[in-house]
Amino acid sequence: MNAVVTQDLPEKVSIRDLRFYYGETLALKSVSVPLYRNRVTAFIGPSGCGKSTLLRVLNRIYQLYPKQRAEGQVMLDGKNILDAKEDVNSLRARVGMVFQKPTPFPMTIYENIAFGLRLYEKLSRSELDDRVEAALTRAAIWGEVKDKLQSSGLSLSGGQQQRLCIARTVAIRPEVVLLDEPCSALDPISTAKIEELIDELKSEYTIAIVTHNMQQAARASEFTAFMYLGEMVEFDETSKIFTAPRDKRTQDYITGRFG
Amino acid sequence: MAQHIVTSFEDDLQGLSRSIAEMGGRAEQIVEHSISALLNSDANLAYEVIEADKKVDAMHRQIEESAILVIARRQPMAQDLRETISAIRIASDLERIGDLGKNIAKRGLVIQNETFSQKVRVGVEHLSDLALAQVKKVLDAYAARDVEKARDVCAQDQEIDAVYTSLFRELLTYMMEDPRNITMCTHLLFCAKNIERIGDHATNIAETVFYLITGEQWVEPRQSSTRVEE
Repeated sequence: MNAVVTQDLPEKVSIRDLRFYYGETLALKSVSVPLYRNRVTAFIGPSGCGKSTLLRVLNRIYQLYPKQRAEGQVMLDGKNILDAKEDVNSLRARVGMVFQKPTPFPMTIYENIAFGLRLYEKLSRSELDDRVEAALTRAAIWGEVKDKLQSSGLSLSGGQQQRLCIARTVAIRPEVVLLDEPCSALDPISTAKIEELIDELKSEYTIAIVTHNMQQAARASEFTAFMYLGEMVEFDETSKIFTAPRDKRTQDYITGRFG
Repeated sequence: MAQHIVTSFEDDLQGLSRSIAEMGGRAEQIVEHSISALLNSDANLAYEVIEADKKVDAMHRQIEESAILVIARRQPMAQDLRETISAIRIASDLERIGDLGKNIAKRGLVIQNETFSQKVRVGVEHLSDLALAQVKKVLDAYAARDVEKARDVCAQDQEIDAVYTSLFRELLTYMMEDPRNITMCTHLLFCAKNIERIGDHATNIAETVFYLITGEQWVEPRQSSTRVEE
């Protein structure tokens, strides 16, 4: 990998020499990359390059599956989250994730948000109401759902469901938000709303987004990491990656010359 | 560089590049002919130049439109983005070069019955040779994506400035000697200024070519060229 640009920005997450195995298959080959605090970092690369795998390591969601393991270091505020002693539940409260397909729980809109809050905090009824409203407002969907909080989350449109999932993620006030192709199933208007949301959220959170949409990466992120075949090929400021990348593989990929 | 997966995208970019080359050739010819029309009091050639500039203006619009379409349809990135933006920038410099040539031709028509001294003639020829060589060189640099050539063009602009300054002084002397020379000398002065500016546009193009190839903006190591002639 090319030399990482030296930044004076604080690293919220420092991934160092990360290797990841699906059984015997090495899916991440010694990946090192920082996630800067209050910045959006985009991960791009062809399918199967390991970018989703990388995201799945950051909240150890891979542990739900047998035969998957990670080696190396993922430092969150200076502590290695891969350390077996680290509590997975509290980690996932600190590192929230939104998936490609909207995954609302089969319950009311209100409960979709309140469910997680009750799990982590003891709140009075009115406090809970406030937090639900705040989260839905934060995710720019409050106006659309405030009169039907008792309807099922599944009754919403795709774009609304995705914003509901983002509301659910931010409700418990995580420190890092992982977005795995959050807009791939959405129309341009919903996509724009989510990008606007990402822009607002970064003042409070550190955000990592995986996307196949080059323009989205260029628009929504400050830093971009290009991955290929399990390697971190290039990491730089987004403005640099999309105008004058250093590595030929990056250039070929983003200009559509690959394969 | 590898081909695009989408071949029509490849065609779009190559089309832009070809149009720039063609437009460059036309602009170069306009300048060449305008100088010749001026120095030889050739009215027919001057009218041809004025006509030829219309085609250059049309190509400017066409290149701009094509580039805008590429941005809208392909959302070019990296090298492709630089190709597209460079085409827009170079086309507008070439359009200016064409206009300046046309202006020289028009002034040639106004002073076609005057005779000018050998010294002035040589000065104008020398100045235009330098400027034309710069235009030619920068078009070659663009066609060959040759960053060293582009650098050369940037470095040689000072020579044109120096020749222009000496021609300026020369013409000034003639005007002081005999006020009847003022009309002709003023036109020649504007022509010289036009030629000098053609050199500046060649330098602009060289800077664009530098950016196109390297992805870096050209930072001029130039000394103070902000000096205004007395």
